[in-house]
Amino acid sequence: MSNEQEYIELFDQNRSLIEEPCAPLLNKARAKAYTSFKAIGFPTKDEEEYRYTDILPILAENYGMNLGRVDAAINPREIFSCDVPNLHTHQEYIVNDTYLARTEESKLPEGVILGSLNSVAAKRPELLAPYYNALAQNGDGVAQFNTTFVQDGLLLYIPRNTQVDTTIQLMNVLRTNVELLSNRRLLIVLEEGAQASMLVCDHTVEKIKSLSVQVVEIFIGRGARLDLYELEETQNENIRLSQLFVRQEADSRFNHTNVTLTNGVTRNSVNVSLVGEGAEVNMNGLAISDKKQHIENNTVVDHVVGRCNSNELYKYILDDESKGVFVGKMLIRKDAQHTASQQTNRNLCLAKSARMYAQPQLEIYADDVKCGHGSTVGQLDENALFYMRQRGIPADEACHLLMFAFAGEVIDAIKLDALRERLHILVEKRFRGELNRCQGCSLCK
Amino acid sequence: MENLIEIKNLHATIEGKEILKGINLTVKPGEVHAIMGPNGSGKSTLSNVLVGHPAYTVTEGEVIYKGKDLLALSPEDRSHEGIFLSFQYPVEIAGVSMTNFMRAAINARRKYNGEQAMPAGDFLKLMREKRALVNLDSKLANRSVNEGFSGGEKKRNEIFQMAMLEPSLSILDETDSGLDIDALRIVADGVNKLKRPDTSTLVITHYQRLLDYIKPDIVHVLYNGRIVKTAGPELALELEERGYDWIKNENP
Repeated sequence: MSNEQEYIELFDQNRSLIEEPCAPLLNKARAKAYTSFKAIGFPTKDEEEYRYTDILPILAENYGMNLGRVDAAINPREIFSCDVPNLHTHQEYIVNDTYLARTEESKLPEGVILGSLNSVAAKRPELLAPYYNALAQNGDGVAQFNTTFVQDGLLLYIPRNTQVDTTIQLMNVLRTNVELLSNRRLLIVLEEGAQASMLVCDHTVEKIKSLSVQVVEIFIGRGARLDLYELEETQNENIRLSQLFVRQEADSRFNHTNVTLTNGVTRNSVNVSLVGEGAEVNMNGLAISDKKQHIENNTVVDHVVGRCNSNELYKYILDDESKGVFVGKMLIRKDAQHTASQQTNRNLCLAKSARMYAQPQLEIYADDVKCGHGSTVGQLDENALFYMRQRGIPADEACHLLMFAFAGEVIDAIKLDALRERLHILVEKRFRGELNRCQGCSLCK
Repeated sequence: MENLIEIKNLHATIEGKEILKGINLTVKPGEVHAIMGPNGSGKSTLSNVLVGHPAYTVTEGEVIYKGKDLLALSPEDRSHEGIFLSFQYPVEIAGVSMTNFMRAAINARRKYNGEQAMPAGDFLKLMREKRALVNLDSKLANRSVNEGFSGGEKKRNEIFQMAMLEPSLSILDETDSGLDIDALRIVADGVNKLKRPDTSTLVITHYQRLLDYIKPDIVHVLYNGRIVKTAGPELALELEERGYDWIKNENP
């Protein structure tokens, strides 16, 4: 029996339990996704996109799902505080896959909606109907799975010409004593001229096997701008399958930074559609891995129309038997003239047993474009190491300085000062092996 | 202390090929020795072996430095003990600022000597003082190590680092290569200002012109992995005039 079959049966048996608390908007998309999931199933490693991350053994595990929406037994607001000093954010929490409603009044600008996706979908379906599942409906079996089982998630809606100055921080906290599958969903909508920055942190509390499936849909309207930072600080037992779908209108900007500091197995995909002229997307990624960690970043930038810019910089530092994967596809359609697109992937393999798989894919159908890509895999520069040792810097310290310099290119581009400073410290600790535990929560300390 | 460094019958190989074939050389505190010789004679190998470059293997002989077995020390400990190499080709280190680089070096030395890390204010003051010594632009000091520096700036940066670390034995490996006459003067002035009665310098060079500025007490000619001639400063002038062919002919 294939493992999607088990989930199909689980769904069939629990359909009313799943659908009962949910808004019709979610259930309508669910019906469609269920049909699709039944037809295509989970992607296998025979499919190009999953060549390097075989998810079938992962999904074959017997995880529990919280279909009955049992409350999380903790209040993270009391015990969990972000330890980025001087970073003033508006904090929201998702424990496993349950959104924790705020108790105090929101101080966000008028018209901004930040809260339970399911509640807003129930109250104002007309607002979300054009967006919810509009992008993920074309996704693979993992996206269909997510839509089939999703019961709630977080919605961020920013109306026209509204600027949210405070960074919105979402903490995804995994807290469980059984092997758990958490199925998360985010919907982010920035109407024309809106601006926001958001930080999403993944933390785990217990060292228990878990799988997070996450679908994020992002709509960035004309002239709007979103800075999104994702930071994963989980443990070797955790698996993360994340899919970001982004649609950008004319003159919009999306700056995305993804840092995998500690993890188990991670596959992040980002799928950006540039559908309005003058749109710009900048994607930066940093992955640090050792032991048997596995990190894939899989990006697709679809230049549908002309005069858009896309820039990608992904850097990996791999040690021990860890494995890094970067797949970057640039699709420049026939009408996407005057596209400027650059993709850079640089990788350091610190051990002979570490593996990096890099696969740039350029599909260019327009004839007046500027596109470039480059990928390198190397070791620390022996000459630089010796030069530093001659000046008295011990070998391990010299290695750290070089690794830190390598990572710096991604971290230094972060616009939130407090986050940048904090990441400098976290990355340094990571290199020194002082970051074996999640740093973000008071529980670990 | 009688000798600062005593090299005895030193043999060394790289990738199995013997480059040094029995070097004997003694340097006393306060002395400036010049080591000259044609291309491929082993000059750079000698400097690399003294600082412990891992590409070279010592197959025979010994080096006593400040009464210690130098060859038993790691490259960083040799540095802590006061050996400094001004590299022929200083390495560019992207993303590591000069300030962080020097701070790591200074504090590693202090740790070796059982001292606390230098307070930030003192460190920056020291950087400023030593920078002035070699006219190193403060803009360069804020950049990544040697990144985008001109040839002259790189060599000046070497002497700046030498000023920061105050070595007992400075080895200048072809410091004059790639320098115009003004840059050469600035670099040589820096070296001369740093000279103390208890410190010594090994000047490795091809040409005599650097020795117009850094006056050697003793000149050696290295050829085919051995020191084949040792004399006073007049030897450098003779080499400048006659070239190296007569040396080669005398040592077939």
